[in-house]
Amino acid sequence: MEIRVLGPGCPKCQKTEQAVKDAVAEAGADATVEKVADVMEIAKYGVFGTPAVVVDGEVKSVGRIPPVEEVKKWLQKWNKEA
Amino acid sequence: MKERTKLLLIVLTFLACYYVPWDHAVIRQSGLEAFMMLQEYAREHVLTCLIPAFFIAGAIAVFVSQASVLKYFGATAKRILSYSVASVSGTILAVCSCTVLPLFAGIYTRGAGIGPATAFLYSGPAINVLAIVLTARILGWQLGLARAIGAVLFAVITGLVMAFIFRKDDASRTAGEMYLPDEEEKGRSLLQDALYMLTMVLILIFAAFAKPAVGSTGLWPAIFAARWYITIALLIVLAVMLKSWFTKDERVTWMQSTWGFMKQIFPLLAAGVLIAGFMLGRPGHAALIPDQYIQGLVGGNSLWANFFASLSGALMYFATLTEVPILQGLIGAGMGKGPALSLLLAGPALSLPNMLVIGGVMGAKKTATFCVIIVILSTIAGISYGWMAG
Repeated sequence: MEIRVLGPGCPKCQKTEQAVKDAVAEAGADATVEKVADVMEIAKYGVFGTPAVVVDGEVKSVGRIPPVEEVKKWLQKWNKEA
Repeated sequence: MKERTKLLLIVLTFLACYYVPWDHAVIRQSGLEAFMMLQEYAREHVLTCLIPAFFIAGAIAVFVSQASVLKYFGATAKRILSYSVASVSGTILAVCSCTVLPLFAGIYTRGAGIGPATAFLYSGPAINVLAIVLTARILGWQLGLARAIGAVLFAVITGLVMAFIFRKDDASRTAGEMYLPDEEEKGRSLLQDALYMLTMVLILIFAAFAKPAVGSTGLWPAIFAARWYITIALLIVLAVMLKSWFTKDERVTWMQSTWGFMKQIFPLLAAGVLIAGFMLGRPGHAALIPDQYIQGLVGGNSLWANFFASLSGALMYFATLTEVPILQGLIGAGMGKGPALSLLLAGPALSLPNMLVIGGVMGAKKTATFCVIIVILSTIAGISYGWMAG
């Protein structure tokens, strides 16, 4: 699966990226984490506020740092469906 | 930063170290001024003004619900509401520079369109709480007020003009799905939130209470004499509120966000003060750039002085809040009040790097129009303010 962290590089965005990476590592999920800093790329997702997390094209959180536990749930749900 | 840029910076620093005649009288004087100005900020403004303001900014970023404001930027929101909210929402949305550009791009491409988007982009940097507090404190409340009013008013005008010029374009934009920041569960009422913010603003006001003129009587000197008692009482009230209304997590996030702002802004501001002090000196003290150049370029209140101030403000990059010490230096060296406002209105909203990003979002033509409108409006505002302030 493909996870994208949207955010131009403020401290909050970096923490979000870290949280997502931690979650992926802890869950041992097969996922790539990519940071998107380009403003136009971010706008394409229609998110009104950063940091935002997009999992396989689906916007999961906007404007906050998601806790590691929550990110793990997103990973699980996806794994079950697959 | 690219490796090549780093190399270039190091080479430039090296050349400066090598060739600048550091023991020349003017350079020595300028260097002294830089640190005298930094000390003035450290003694006069940091503890009583900046620190409380950072705590307020941190609280706004954490506790004010962004989602409640952002819904007015949707594609279906009433236009009049979009414009009004866009012009004032910078107070709560723009404290963090990392929200401004993505939000602007979002409003432009998916939301209420080019008018509200540009209104938001323009007003944001000028009316966030840190900018207002510091401008009023250091450059005088008149200029602080003029800046806030000018920014809100021009945000609406700029937005409307942009929407009018590019009305066809706006109609053809497709509205897609938009995602607002998640609403977070809160254990407090709106009143509690308001009281909490109010207490902090009052602490800021009393801690930074201006010394009354010698010989004045009545309420003013009485408040001044009691200001520390009032501040301490308010701090106790604040502590009780924090203890009883907020969870531990919330208090921690508040501290983190405040600390984040301090880390981000203090170094930039200190650098800005040093540069302003080195180039221009404190008011009444000479430094590198002689006063007559400043007076010749932006002294008085002529059309040229106002236009020059607003154009150079539009091109120059000001890191958050550094416009204030730079203007302090310029005014001290003889810049007129009108041109000062022109620069304040055009400066922080626009800069060359900023224009490139905006250009990437809405194209060169619209960006150019946006900049021209702002330069013209700022010039007019400067002339009017200079005329009123005499």
